[in-house]
Amino acid sequence: MSDAPTLDVRNLKTHFFTKAGVAKAVDDVSFSFKAGEVVGLVGESGSGKSVTGFSILGLVDPPGRVVSGQVLFKGKDLLTLPKEDLRHLRGNRIAMIFQDPMMTLNPVLRVDTQMVETIKAHDSNVSKADALARARDALGQVGIPAPDERLRSYPHQFSGGMRQRVAIAIALLNKPDLIIADEPTTALDVTIQGQILFEAQKLCRETGTSMIWITHDLAVVAGLADRISVMYGGRIVEQGAINDVLDHPVHPYTRGLLGSVPGHNTRGQRLHQIPGMAPSLLNLPQGCAFQARCPKADDACHTEPAITEPVSGRAIRCVHPHLNADEEIGA
Amino acid sequence: MSETVKHDPNLAPVETPLHRFMSDFSDSMIAMAALAVLLVIVFIALFAPFISPTDPYDLAKVSIFDGKLPPGSVSMDGVTFWLGTDGAGRDLLSSMFYGLRISLGVGVMSGVIALCVGSSIGLIAAYYGGRVDTLIMRIVDIQLSFPAILVALILIAALGKGVDKVIIALVLVQWAYYARTVRGSALVERNKEYLEAATCLGLDNKRILFRHLLPNCLPPLIVVGTVQTAHAISLEATLSFLGVGLPITEPSLGLLIANGFEYMMSGRYWISFFPGIALLITIVSINLVGDQLRDVLNPRLQK
Amino acid sequence: MSEAMLHVDNLTRNFVKRLDLAAKVAQKFGADVREEVVHAVDGVTLKIPKGGVVGLVGESGCGKSTLGRMIAGIIPPTSGSISYKGTELTKMSSAEFRRAALEIQMIFQDPFASLNPRMRVLDIIGEAPVMHGIVKSAEMEDYVCEVMQRVGLDPEYRRRYPHQFSGGQRQRIGIARALAVKPEFLVCDEAIAALDVSIQAQVINLFMDLRAELDLTYLFISHDLSVVEHISDRVVIMYLGRVVEVAETDALFDAPNHPYTQALLNEVPRLDQRGIDYTPVKGEIPSPLDPPPGCHFHPRCPHAMARCSAERPVLREIAPDRWSACHLNDET
Repeated sequence: MSDAPTLDVRNLKTHFFTKAGVAKAVDDVSFSFKAGEVVGLVGESGSGKSVTGFSILGLVDPPGRVVSGQVLFKGKDLLTLPKEDLRHLRGNRIAMIFQDPMMTLNPVLRVDTQMVETIKAHDSNVSKADALARARDALGQVGIPAPDERLRSYPHQFSGGMRQRVAIAIALLNKPDLIIADEPTTALDVTIQGQILFEAQKLCRETGTSMIWITHDLAVVAGLADRISVMYGGRIVEQGAINDVLDHPVHPYTRGLLGSVPGHNTRGQRLHQIPGMAPSLLNLPQGCAFQARCPKADDACHTEPAITEPVSGRAIRCVHPHLNADEEIGA
Repeated sequence: MSETVKHDPNLAPVETPLHRFMSDFSDSMIAMAALAVLLVIVFIALFAPFISPTDPYDLAKVSIFDGKLPPGSVSMDGVTFWLGTDGAGRDLLSSMFYGLRISLGVGVMSGVIALCVGSSIGLIAAYYGGRVDTLIMRIVDIQLSFPAILVALILIAALGKGVDKVIIALVLVQWAYYARTVRGSALVERNKEYLEAATCLGLDNKRILFRHLLPNCLPPLIVVGTVQTAHAISLEATLSFLGVGLPITEPSLGLLIANGFEYMMSGRYWISFFPGIALLITIVSINLVGDQLRDVLNPRLQK
Repeated sequence: MSEAMLHVDNLTRNFVKRLDLAAKVAQKFGADVREEVVHAVDGVTLKIPKGGVVGLVGESGCGKSTLGRMIAGIIPPTSGSISYKGTELTKMSSAEFRRAALEIQMIFQDPFASLNPRMRVLDIIGEAPVMHGIVKSAEMEDYVCEVMQRVGLDPEYRRRYPHQFSGGQRQRIGIARALAVKPEFLVCDEAIAALDVSIQAQVINLFMDLRAELDLTYLFISHDLSVVEHISDRVVIMYLGRVVEVAETDALFDAPNHPYTQALLNEVPRLDQRGIDYTPVKGEIPSPLDPPPGCHFHPRCPHAMARCSAERPVLREIAPDRWSACHLNDET
């Protein structure tokens, strides 16, 4: 397998031009990864993580649009690709799973109709029988029992967890190279979430599919991803290998976030908290987006921090990184 | 001790829902133009006695010799008839001003009364649910399955003629739309947690219904209100045209159109034509404003 | 042991979807149409001591929200009783009942839907205290400012409308609204679930501070085990309308007894577990319309026996202050 990255996002900028001003939802984001890798894109609401996912597939609606940057999928820039070529890639080589499975599933069509449609859209030579067989296999792959019966059902006859699994099965149908999953388990129960994570993990290991898992839940990413990118205010503030970042976070925001998790605090004591609120994307401060809430902020933070690599394999945007490895998280 | 979130530069100054609504409404040029036209019409309707060139119902001033004059002609007294005169010699422009007043007045008044009646019924149906709801909605369904004009004709036949009877008939035709709209809206709001909170806080039913539930059911009501007013005006015009609407002493635009109908074939088009245009402009403006209202108010509800 | 402030005894709540006329006719003709009954809460008994924080955990369909709403007085129970400060609610005089109902308040999950969008913050917080005579209308504004400061909101914003605040601030407004009527018992129904992680920490700290300052008692309903572990003294686990385990927090998390609790603790992704091999619980959560007979959990339980599908396990005290509803405990 070639060593070239499956996806290489370079300096992506997506802005929303609204009446109230320009919201810089994605402001100079770069990351890349190879086949079979799982990248966790982590951030809170307003960090721009979902818009990043949408930008990659060209799903951003007006008043937003991709302003600049490159999205190289196996060397081809998706942003400059003609519409027809992009359509060939979507659902075929790159698939997406949304938070609400009803966004993927058409409520008035049966599951087999939808799945066969997806297959035939990208390969019109396939016979209906073959397409159905592939659909049945895909359902089995995601752990849905009695797939024949399930194929003939409508989406509303499934529970939330099942629907999400069907959505994943549809994403798998054409054996994509890349899956973008936007908060797929946020709305699901813990035990069902566990099942979905299990399937996703199995999938990546067996087929070598790469995955971008967008979420706000650090714990989910901890168990699943190989690398993590933390977003704040439309920018990636820290990225690196999962164990490195979670055990030795360098950016004050990452440290604050990890420190505020109950697991890192003494039971019954006040949690370490990040004061204040995230800035509105319409009104980002000059320089570092996190300075208003950062315990280490000073005048140097008024200029936008460039991307630096204080530790090998770790990229951050900060002029006051926590490099002391012994400092306890949350201190 | 809990920290106080100090002055946040992100928070805009006090922005009432009204401010926000007005700024969204002004996004559409067409709607703003329609609103301007509507305001002119309302102004005319309100101040008709003061701005009319003549008083068309002052029998002393009206002379049959001035009858059927084309637009632009001058009377024997030197008054210019900008839009001509009708069969009896009344200045058409003045008649239209007064006619607008009547049409708009009857339409709006019947609309407002129907809104109050219909909303209360719809609210009660949604809040109490069960048998009350079923009963009320079946009545609404039955009423709405009849064509409005048919119901209006039957009611007028039963009630007799007169302005108040026409208004009652229009109210009885329209209340069902309001009831259905408010009930739908109230059913959605009823499940929202702020109403549960109000129950939890021990607020009494009446307060919850009128202070909490009703204000949040208003948006779709406003939209329906504008469109329905247009319907009412058009319905009243139809009734008057057919001769069963308002009496001749209070001629609305519909009656003016009816009066001029006999002259259409002989080339004296203006007697029906101009009141018809006025009616058209009124209804189109109301509908355009209503369209924009619907667009502006809908996404809000999705919050 | 402090006296129970809130005692729920064999509380049940059923939701019945009655047959309408058309369905009744169809039934007469032999169609397979039945009256659907959902046992949202099925015979729950619970004691909450004064000043304590009891965490109520479960997944969808377990009935925790319904239970919370019954305690807060928003929906009436089908059967069973709720006692507050020793007296059953139904046996109280109307004045006593009104006071008790006011002392039990609820914080809701959705910060967007739980505030009336057409009321200013000042009115949202101040309406109830004035109506109940807790404060005179002339003093309302000062009182609201005081309450806002207590929850960490700048009183300068009291004339604004909810849509001008962020999710975390709206949740604080909801808390202020509850505090304004001087409650003693708070039911927090997934109060932080809809908030960002960094804001969750702030609100959790607020809850802890208020508990210390005002001597409040909490029923903290959540599906987030790590938060429950942090803030609660005791934990109650529910599954499909029934309580399956009750224990002190440390005891429960160190050694869960009921297989469902064990599965739940296992499933929850934890920050320190990297690249683990998930061993998920098999099967779906059953529909509350058609729960499995006997023990509701038996189809998914790795230790299920024949007895489990026939007989409903009783919630028994298996060790000092540890309760569990599982037949496996009878084997010893």
